[in-house]
Formats: sequence, structure tokens, C-alpha cells
Amino acid sequence: MNLWYYPGCTLKTRAKNAEDSAIVSMAALGIDMVELPRWNCCGTVHSLAGDDLIHHIAPVRDLIRVKEQGGSKVATICSFCYNTLRRADILMRGDAEKRGTINSFMDEEPDYNGEVDVVHLLQVLRDDIGWKAISEKVKLPLEGLKVASYYGCTLLRPAEVAIDNVEKPTVMQDLLRALGATVIEFPFATECCGSYQIVGNVGFALEAAKNILTSALRRGAEAVVLTCPMCDYNLGLAHRELKRQRGDLPDIPTLYFSQLLAIALGLDTEVCHFNLNYIDPQPLLQSKGLIVEGVKVGE
Amino acid sequence: MRVELSVKQVQGDFVKKVEEISGQNLLSCYQCGKCSAGCPMAFAMDILPNQIIRLAQLGLEEEIAKSNTIWICASCYTCAVRCPRGVDLARVMEALRLLTLRKNINYVQPIEIPPETLEGMPQVALVSSFRKLTS
Repeated sequence: MNLWYYPGCTLKTRAKNAEDSAIVSMAALGIDMVELPRWNCCGTVHSLAGDDLIHHIAPVRDLIRVKEQGGSKVATICSFCYNTLRRADILMRGDAEKRGTINSFMDEEPDYNGEVDVVHLLQVLRDDIGWKAISEKVKLPLEGLKVASYYGCTLLRPAEVAIDNVEKPTVMQDLLRALGATVIEFPFATECCGSYQIVGNVGFALEAAKNILTSALRRGAEAVVLTCPMCDYNLGLAHRELKRQRGDLPDIPTLYFSQLLAIALGLDTEVCHFNLNYIDPQPLLQSKGLIVEGVKVGE
Repeated sequence: MRVELSVKQVQGDFVKKVEEISGQNLLSCYQCGKCSAGCPMAFAMDILPNQIIRLAQLGLEEEIAKSNTIWICASCYTCAVRCPRGVDLARVMEALRLLTLRKNINYVQPIEIPPETLEGMPQVALVSSFRKLTS
């Protein structure tokens, strides 16, 4: 089965570890993720101003690319891309006046009237494949690995784009359980990591991100599992800051859900590109017998 | 905080503009404070999110301009999903930011970001920061 796939900017560069591990894992699960031709940056954030239509053009153009290919569904791995594309689609479906303006502005493109469903890869794993089928394909169960799943904002909010319960999501825990991991619940699973404030208000963003890591540590998690390259960056910086302040603090690496999926499916861990992880997860994974030898992080 | 209230301000252009850009009815808010209670960035704000709404209801543009709150908001939407009155506070914050940004005033100056900060920073962080905090 083929699945149209929208990568977005960061997954092609800094978060190659999320992309490659996801594509190879999905192939092992019988789904070929086909990269959308001529995709452009989604703009990363949905414009919240009623009089600002120009910033909806980029994500709508991407949805037109899917429609052009005859596709009716597109999957993302990056949570920000998911949020932006999904909200652009909702706007185009629900607001006839704005849809008309945007379509006539892009007169060189075919009209978009909400023909494409935007999904996150976690939804494909849950709804199209199912936890039972996934657990049957597991070759190397993540036994003894204590993981906290961290959702952040853009998979769950606002409510109309939520891929799961807004306040108490379980999709990532369900996946991790299917892979054999020990799931640790923690109260900061849906708290914001500080997001783009890391650029202009780095101190405040780090405070928010540090709370997430220390909460997961207090609950006994050994790693934090996530889907978002923004969260990954902020938590990575926060980890460095925490270690600087308190050297005795244990490491708590962040991993993309797709990296753990690839490991559990018994795939070549080269696709995990652990050198791109901000906090080296290899000592932890080795101690659990999940990977044999590591590559040096930071290469 | 001591402020002077006037009918002129409450019925003035500022309130109209905020409501128009955000698409929200400011008077829907009944000041329960749930937005501020859940806001993950509230610790860094000098005025709480519910207080910003109150100031906006009263047309107190200058008081809002003096505060850092709208520039600390990370548009995480925790407030909006919890608001019992259905106010999309993230949209109100965006409207308030835009009233400044549209005067060509940036909050983040891309040129001032040190190269060592830029190194390794994912595109998603830069693009969203510039989209939200520059004109």
C-alpha cells in the first residue's frame, strides 16, 4: 500500500533520524511512504488572524500537490507540519468565502475544496495497521525500557485537530506497549516545551522544557519519546542546561517514536541516525540489549 | 494596578480591531482564570493571560503594550482548549501582537541572533519564531 508523505523542512535536515527510521519501519509494516513531489514549507504555524490569508497559501499549495497526484490522504511525521496542514484543510473545508479568495488568488493552481485528509503517522499506525498487527511484527521487544511519551502541543491542540484525547492522549503509550516497552505516565505529557520562544526568549523556553524532563525523571522514566523536532531541540537544550546545573542528574535521552519502532521491528539501526539525537540514547539502549554497538554522537 | 476607564476607550477602535482580527468576542470572557492557571509560560509573564483579556475588553491598549505577556505566549493553545466560554485566547494574543508587528516593529531581530545559537537550530524553530514575532 502506498501512502503520500509530506516531510517538511526539518525532517530533511536536523531530524533525518525521525524520517529515515519512520520510512523504513513503515515499509516493514507493508506501507510505502511516497514523498510528495514539489512540496514546499508549510509555514510551520497556522495564521491565527482572520484578515491574514496569504499565510494559508503555502499549506494549501501542499494539499493541492496531493490532490494533483490523485491522492486523498497525506501523512506527516513532524507535528508542526501536521498541525499547519490539517488546519489549512479545515479552513478550506469550512469557510466558503476564504476558500473562494484563496483559490482565486492561486489561479495557476487547481482549486482546493478539502479533498485531502491530513493525518499524522501515529494515526496511520493506530487506525490503518493496528497495535495487534504491529506487536506481531516485533522482533526485538523493548523489554525493560522505561519510556515516557511526550506529545507537546501540535498533535493535540486546538481540539479540532487532536489525534487523540486532548487532555489524556494514549496513542503513543499504546504504540510503546505494543513494542514491549514499559510505559511511564507523567503529568507533563501535553505541556508546551516553550516552542519557538527558544529563539527570542531562550531562558523562559528552557524553564518550560526543563520542567518536562525533571517530571519524567521523577516518575522513573529512562527516556522521553516524542514526535516533534521542535520539542526535541528544546528538550535537548534543556537537558544540557540541567546537566550544567546538576551534574549528578541521570541522562534522559529523547527519542523519536519511529526510532524505537525501527529497533523493535529488528531493522538495521543505521536508519536511526543516533548521531542526530541531542542526548546520546545509545548507552541506554545498549544497557537494555537493544542495540549492539554505537556510533559516536555529534559526528 | 490603577487605570483610568472611559467609555470612549471601551467603544474605541482598539477593541474593534482586536475583535476583528481575532474573530473573538472579548466580552465572552467572564474572568474565571482557567487560561492563566494552565498557561505553561505564565511564570514569565508580568500580566496573566486572563488579565490581558480584561485590559483588552476595557480598551486599555497602553497597559497591554507595556506588558511582555503577548510576546511570551507560545501559541500552545492550552488556554483555548480549556476555556469554558470558548474564547480562542491564542487568536486574541495573535491579534494583539499583530497590532504592533504591522507597524513594522519586530520583537525578534533575526540579525541579532548569535551564530552559535543558529548553529544546529532546526528550521521549524526559526520559521515559526519569525512568523510569530517579526513583521
